[in-house]
Amino acid sequence: MSAPIIEFKNVKKCFGETVIFSDFNFKVEENEIVSIIGPSGSGKSTLLRILMTLEGIDGGYINVAGESLWHMPWQGQYVPANSKHLHKMRNHLGMVFQHFNLFPHMTVKRNITEAPMRVKGVSRAEAEEFADKLLQLVGLADKADSYPNDLSGGQKQRVGIARALAMKPSILLLDEITSALDPELVDEVLDVIRNLVKEESFTMLLVTHEMYFAREISDRVCFFDKGAIVEEGEPEAIFTQPKEERTKAFLNAYIGQ
Amino acid sequence: MNGFHWDWAFTWEVFPMILTAAKVTLLATLLGSIFAIVMGLVFALLRRSNSRTLRISIYWVVEFIRSTPLLVQIFFLYYVMPEFGISMSPLATGVFALGLHYGAYLSEVFRSGIDGIEKGQWEAARALNLTIVDTYKDIVLPQAIRPMIPATGNYIIAMFKETPQLSAITLLEMLQMAKIIGSENFRYLEPFTLVGILYLVFSLLAAYGIHQVERRFPKEGFSLK
Repeated sequence: MSAPIIEFKNVKKCFGETVIFSDFNFKVEENEIVSIIGPSGSGKSTLLRILMTLEGIDGGYINVAGESLWHMPWQGQYVPANSKHLHKMRNHLGMVFQHFNLFPHMTVKRNITEAPMRVKGVSRAEAEEFADKLLQLVGLADKADSYPNDLSGGQKQRVGIARALAMKPSILLLDEITSALDPELVDEVLDVIRNLVKEESFTMLLVTHEMYFAREISDRVCFFDKGAIVEEGEPEAIFTQPKEERTKAFLNAYIGQ
Repeated sequence: MNGFHWDWAFTWEVFPMILTAAKVTLLATLLGSIFAIVMGLVFALLRRSNSRTLRISIYWVVEFIRSTPLLVQIFFLYYVMPEFGISMSPLATGVFALGLHYGAYLSEVFRSGIDGIEKGQWEAARALNLTIVDTYKDIVLPQAIRPMIPATGNYIIAMFKETPQLSAITLLEMLQMAKIIGSENFRYLEPFTLVGILYLVFSLLAAYGIHQVERRFPKEGFSLK
């Protein structure tokens, strides 16, 4: 069995006095699609933000693609990673944000081509050709020259997905990508992910409140509460026969809605 | 009551001299503005440095510059610095002093403009692995500049109106020229009135220009090609 592509070992994370993770362990296999569900404040988004290097850790180790994310080898021991190491590690990862975070002063196409050109040194022609393919994939080929403010929430999020894919990450992190959308716009975004999963192999971590989507798309579902994985397993098992009372209560609350 | 009689012939005679000096005033303002903008940006970026020592040092440098009179700084640069082997022309001293003084004020404008950029923009830039230089150049500054324009414009106009202080180090700008003309002809009314009118006209034109620049700037920022 190959080594996991993501591995958290005894990770500790605090925000001031508030402990989010203490001694947290978690693994994701290559090409596995893992949905993370759980109540607000349980550490779901923090997990993705730590992986994307938007938040540091206060203890433990995280390996991504066989290398330590937040540490680097130096003179025979591991020391906190410098910006060069983090820059290298971020090449494995792509993230789609809850609030899109598109660059409002750039066209849709420029949003998608900017990073590949700047970071990977891809030529403009090549970056634009790939951007056109991605826009086709997310169903926005006709919006290449529009600005984000001219798009609906669903369209913005589809651009967000295309922008993350433009960097060709091996791990895609989706942080509540439908939470900021009106209900009628949710499906257009989820359809993009459905198509993506059919066409490409990805390691995907998604934090979501769309239970039916998590059940449909995931290889594994993890229920988080208070910075710990309370229960995890195949979607059917989690959604139809949860073992833990806390999981049952959470899912019942959602089904009740 | 002879002094209150307006002499048109004298006015037209001295007007070209005042205009010539106005070029010096405008040059000092232009160069001072460029220097102030550069220094303001440098101070603002250093205030956001990861190094606490650097952040605190720059904070105190900015506070020191803002809390001491411009005239003292001009005198210090012009009369004291030569004792340390650094000697500059009156114009260079003026540009340096104005740039440094207003750079300190502008640093606060730039800092608040940069702070006004949503956290999500920084995070998206980081997630896309853009370098810090590219993040500032392509993402942050293009969005931050528009909100900075009014305050920056006000400081540049204020700087323009402070240029008479450079007469204290013998720079032949508008006010100095008016003083010389007045003392040589024993008539101050026309030259000083002309100087006042020119300051008013240039200030109004600058305010209009700044408003136009702000109006034409896209609200969401501009994109460097």
